[in-house]
Amino acid sequence: MKGHEFTEGIAGLVGERERVGWFSHEGLLGWVASVDHKQVGLMYIVAAFVFFGLGGIEALLMRIQLAVPNNHFLSPETFNALFTMHGTTMIFFVAMPLLTGFTVYLVPLMIGARDVAFPRLNAMSFWLTLFAGLMLYFSFFAGGAPSAGWFSYTPLSEAAFSLRSGQDYWILSLIVAGIGTVAGAINIIVTVVTLRAEGMTMKRLPLFVWMNFVNAFLMLFALPVLNAALVMLLIDRQLHAHFFTPASGGSALLWQHYFWAFGHPEVYIVILPAFGMISEIIPVFSRKPIFGYEFVAASTVAIAFLSFTVWAHHMFAVGLGHIANLFFAVASMSIAVPTGVKIFNWTATMYGGQLRFTTAMKFAVAFIVMFTIGGLSGVSFAVVPIDWQLTDTYYLVAHMHYVLFGGTVLASFAGIYYWFPKFSGRLLSERLGSWHFWLTFVGLNLTFFIQHILGMMGMPRRVFTYPALPYWAAFNMLSTIGAFVLLIAMLVFLYNVVMSLRYGETAGDNPWDAWTLEWATTSPPPVENFVRIPPIHGRRPLWDLAHPELADELGKVDA
Amino acid sequence: MYSKAKLAMALFIASEASFFALLIVAYVFYHGQPQNGPNAADSLDIPTTTFYSLCLFSSSATLWLSERNLRRGQYDRVIAWLVATIGLGAIFLYGQGREYLRLFHNDVTISRNLFGTTFFTLTGFHGLHVLVGLCALAVVAGLVLRGLVRERQAEAVEAVGMYWHFVDAVWVVIFGIVYLGSLV
Ligand SMILES: [Cu+2]
Repeated sequence: MKGHEFTEGIAGLVGERERVGWFSHEGLLGWVASVDHKQVGLMYIVAAFVFFGLGGIEALLMRIQLAVPNNHFLSPETFNALFTMHGTTMIFFVAMPLLTGFTVYLVPLMIGARDVAFPRLNAMSFWLTLFAGLMLYFSFFAGGAPSAGWFSYTPLSEAAFSLRSGQDYWILSLIVAGIGTVAGAINIIVTVVTLRAEGMTMKRLPLFVWMNFVNAFLMLFALPVLNAALVMLLIDRQLHAHFFTPASGGSALLWQHYFWAFGHPEVYIVILPAFGMISEIIPVFSRKPIFGYEFVAASTVAIAFLSFTVWAHHMFAVGLGHIANLFFAVASMSIAVPTGVKIFNWTATMYGGQLRFTTAMKFAVAFIVMFTIGGLSGVSFAVVPIDWQLTDTYYLVAHMHYVLFGGTVLASFAGIYYWFPKFSGRLLSERLGSWHFWLTFVGLNLTFFIQHILGMMGMPRRVFTYPALPYWAAFNMLSTIGAFVLLIAMLVFLYNVVMSLRYGETAGDNPWDAWTLEWATTSPPPVENFVRIPPIHGRRPLWDLAHPELADELGKVDA
Repeated sequence: MYSKAKLAMALFIASEASFFALLIVAYVFYHGQPQNGPNAADSLDIPTTTFYSLCLFSSSATLWLSERNLRRGQYDRVIAWLVATIGLGAIFLYGQGREYLRLFHNDVTISRNLFGTTFFTLTGFHGLHVLVGLCALAVVAGLVLRGLVRERQAEAVEAVGMYWHFVDAVWVVIFGIVYLGSLV
């Protein structure tokens, strides 16, 4: 292949219809029957936001109940159902599909492929996820929602104590979603291995692709662990078996081991793609290549391996014995090393760069700060005595939300402001974006920071109300006010999306002057993705194209 | 160039292995604990199951012969060996059905005690996988018969073959742990 000539694609096959964009009135059927990775990706993202709305309403109802002491706005039973549905929804039907949406939309584009390896399987994964979510919510109409918490500890979740069929819907829903996730993971791995464009070596993959590639392996091995545990629980409930029923010789502890053997890798499943987005956004708005590409990629692999060895840090209060506790404490702390490497690399990328604080960049920088706070409180949990004191208090709730809201959600918003122009052809309003960002940032900290202190004061999680102890009423009220600030932030975002889709500034192919391949095609991309693929001689093909004399891998051309 | 189908199947098998690993861990975990009622040593019929297991193991060999003939373009033999494979797999399932019936007659069920719970869950999921494999092999045989599979599609057939060999391998582990393990 010669220097900077374009690889000829299938030009001429792109009709006007394909160029019009994603709200081009091809009808609902155009979406339902679609196997195009871009449409499937957008359906994932839209579905995730619908569930985000449902999970958010559940959170607000709980915050209203907790706003004042001795409140009777909700019954204890309803409160139990709400925190179960909120947790399950946010993890399995918001965080996972939202990130998967970005993954299936962007990975083929970033590696210069026409689609994923198995487009129909990809669509199947989405529909399994969507219907799993609908099945979970159907439980409200089928005798009552599940209420044993998002990790459904046995024997509480067994037939004798969870009489409602909601628990069975919960199990079935997660099994179906899990199958969809495994199929999706297989698809991403095969896509990255077999469909990279000429010149796109593994060492030149954008970090977003790297992290999703590693993440797919996490899903491939972690979700079957959950599914195995779920079928055992279902067999217990439906066929009167005894896996997790202590009364007939079963072990409640086995469920905990199984669930967290899935549950801890799951934590990384919902954060690695977010790391990937941050690793793309920070360099572009710092006008510098990522600092220590190899370290960012390798630390991801390290995190993935370690994540399978630390699950019992969720079980320090169980009494596993000192040796086991010590092992899992040390292993858990060691994960802070590769995670710290990443935070160092992002910061070093910004250092000395020409920073452009677009809304995407604001969310990305806020992600680093919030995730660091969540990471530090996480490390504190690896210290066994601290865990004994603070486990199952609001300190844990605060930690988890700094990681999931401050981490996954902020990164996803960074990703939306960054890639929305590619998805839709129009830029989101930066003015509304700024409002959205600051309201989210204030609301997030107002809601969750105070919960650290409530936890240290001894407020347990999952209580439907509390007595009027000193400061508890005031602190809980602050947290509730913060939750409503977050609601306003989300409404601003929704308004921004609706308005920008109609009136937003036209984006052009590459509004951010970015470097990866998805910006080499039109916005939105044509059905076949690329008319031409630029030559790939380094990690930043579009930079090399614009600045041949400053190319990243000068001298390696024609390799 | 990697084969997409075979790579996808290898990944699927890896995830399935992770699923079976947990079922096996549950079996071993409870097997090591004292319990009331029937257990592996006094319930299972090892000689009979050994015979049916050998049928399943030899079906891996017949499938390999079928795949080899596909590469050579000898379709009659492909179908003959596929039919043999399906037959051997079906005999294994028949044997498993008989074992289950005998156990039910002796009042060993999934709800009886932890041996029943773990035994029927583990072998039941394996049997389900054998059944799925038989369906897949039957589809392949039908496609070959109608002339829709030729050497060019050999990789897709080999992907189905990988699944079948995996199902066999899982039974090697289960037979070793559940049946032969009850002897020690
Ligand atoms: Cu964990």
